[in-house]
Amino acid sequence: MSDFSQCAILELKVNNHPGVMSHVCGLFARRAFNVEGILCMPMQDKQHSKIWLLVGEDQRLDQITQQTLKLEDVLEIAQHPSCHPVFAQMMQFVE
Amino acid sequence: MKISGAQLVIKLLERQGITQIAGLPGGAALPLYDALPGSKIKHILTRHEQGAGFIAEGMARVTGKPAVCFASSGPGATNLITAIADAHLDSIPVIAITGQVPSSMLGTDAFQEIDTFGLMVPITKHNWLVRSAEELLEVIPAAFRIASSGRPGPVAIDIPKDVQNQIIEIDELPEPGVATPLPQPTLAQLQQMQQMIAQAERPMLMVGAGVIQSNSSEALVALAEKLGIPAVSTFLGLSVFPHGHELHMGMLGMHGSKGSNIALEECDLLIGAGVRFDDRATGKISEFCPQAAVLHIEIDRSEIGKLKTPTLAVNADVGACIKALLNNCEPQQRIEWVSRIKWLNENHGIALPTNNDLTNPYSVIKTVAEIVGDNTNVHTDVGQHQMWTAQVYPFVRDRQWSSSGGLGTMGYGLPAAIGAALADPERMALCISGDGSIMMNIQEFDTAVEHNLNVKVVVINNARLGLVRQQQALFYQENFSAVNNRRTADFALMAQAMGARGFDLSKATDAKAMLTEALNTPGPVLINVPISEEEMVFPMVPPGAANKDLIEERNA
Repeated sequence: MSDFSQCAILELKVNNHPGVMSHVCGLFARRAFNVEGILCMPMQDKQHSKIWLLVGEDQRLDQITQQTLKLEDVLEIAQHPSCHPVFAQMMQFVE
Repeated sequence: MKISGAQLVIKLLERQGITQIAGLPGGAALPLYDALPGSKIKHILTRHEQGAGFIAEGMARVTGKPAVCFASSGPGATNLITAIADAHLDSIPVIAITGQVPSSMLGTDAFQEIDTFGLMVPITKHNWLVRSAEELLEVIPAAFRIASSGRPGPVAIDIPKDVQNQIIEIDELPEPGVATPLPQPTLAQLQQMQQMIAQAERPMLMVGAGVIQSNSSEALVALAEKLGIPAVSTFLGLSVFPHGHELHMGMLGMHGSKGSNIALEECDLLIGAGVRFDDRATGKISEFCPQAAVLHIEIDRSEIGKLKTPTLAVNADVGACIKALLNNCEPQQRIEWVSRIKWLNENHGIALPTNNDLTNPYSVIKTVAEIVGDNTNVHTDVGQHQMWTAQVYPFVRDRQWSSSGGLGTMGYGLPAAIGAALADPERMALCISGDGSIMMNIQEFDTAVEHNLNVKVVVINNARLGLVRQQQALFYQENFSAVNNRRTADFALMAQAMGARGFDLSKATDAKAMLTEALNTPGPVLINVPISEEEMVFPMVPPGAANKDLIEERNA
């Protein structure tokens, strides 16, 4: 899937400890919100991580964003348009 | 000071003000249980871990404070799941602490190992798998903070056995965790709300559990009176308004009165106060309150716009909003609208039988309420008896009502009543149940007997899974499938077998006299009350239909 035009990109700053990926991915799965791509790496301070999510841009995006913000370990969420290069650059590793 | 992880847990719970914990020990929780004797905490041994979870819920609902349950790993933890899920759906602050296999054995399919962390993720506000005893210094206070902050809810802490045994050196204990301050309405929001309410001709309040949680029930009733605003309650918002209040129309939704659903059709402003627009309350949401602007006051930001798009949303403490409105709004009378509400209540309220025949479920509930009086906390299980109770029980104060709303969990009532009897021993804990529900946690009656608790169980017995049967009768052409208990156990005898008093109204010459004697007998008592399987809960909105399309009675 190289056409991301129907997608939005979410950038989450989270606490870097075990379980945070379960909390985030579990939330999207149980609320039936499809995640097309995930990228997660610790930040330089090692205390936090960044999770990048490639998600469908539909009318429920605000709702799922609000639900994600309720997670204790999620500190910030920013939304980027689908033209953001993060996942486009990742494509070379999956094709 | 040298201290083990398990001792630290108990110490920190004591400092949080916990005095009673319901639970059931097992191999992976042995160090925790080893640290309990000698502490200030009284442990309530349940017969099943689900009972422990519901006891904690019962305690939390009646006090408004977080309550704790313990279980071991594996089946102990999975048995807690239903109760924790129930607390999650109804926003109840329960803290589940489970033992886990030693860290070195995690992921090896060890004896009684299960991924408790993974199982608890979707049914808690937050949960932990604790990696070291030091972490407990942060995790336990955080658990109390998270469970009680904002919209409350359950949390779960899974502690491997080696972490419970780990000895650490600490200088001092952390401060207890407390709820974080709630967001307040802004001046602009208050002015907008005031203006919206002042301009409305036919406003309605929709009162939810958020009002109880924010300790503002009395202020809300005062606001309704000052501004001439009638109200409906969600299932969990019942008990905010005292029974018989002329502005109150009772519960809305699937089994609400016809009058309440007519009023919601007619209103021009709906004020949702601490509600989440559950489908059992709204019916088909696109047809809910078709003429109304919507003011939604709600502490949980994610509930705003989730199901019903508000005209004005205030993401703040509903209690602060109500109190500010009460202080700042000019009185209004709305004589025409209020008299319309009175007319609807009189002509389209819940129809009560005129006689006091104790084979009619409404008569049973009204008579029980009359005998036990106001100094009672009322619990139910799930089914017809629950809806009949919600429709007519004469509540007098908030937190008097405790029932499983969101998850609709049969088996909730008895252990929750035990929790209330433990946490609020000055009041009787009444459990109105059915022959289906009571069997789901009947073993906890033995727990009530052990502690000689003031728990009175009224089993409204139609020898059927009545609410399922009702749906099969109304929507599946009476193709009754798997709803006939055929013969029920002798519940009165069962109570006696557990060492309590049991009564059976089918054997009474004077049913009311026996009911009165039973409810005045000290300690745990069970009363079997047979009714006909033909009794149904009306009105009923068919699932998925709009509230205006309710069924008033059979064959109507």
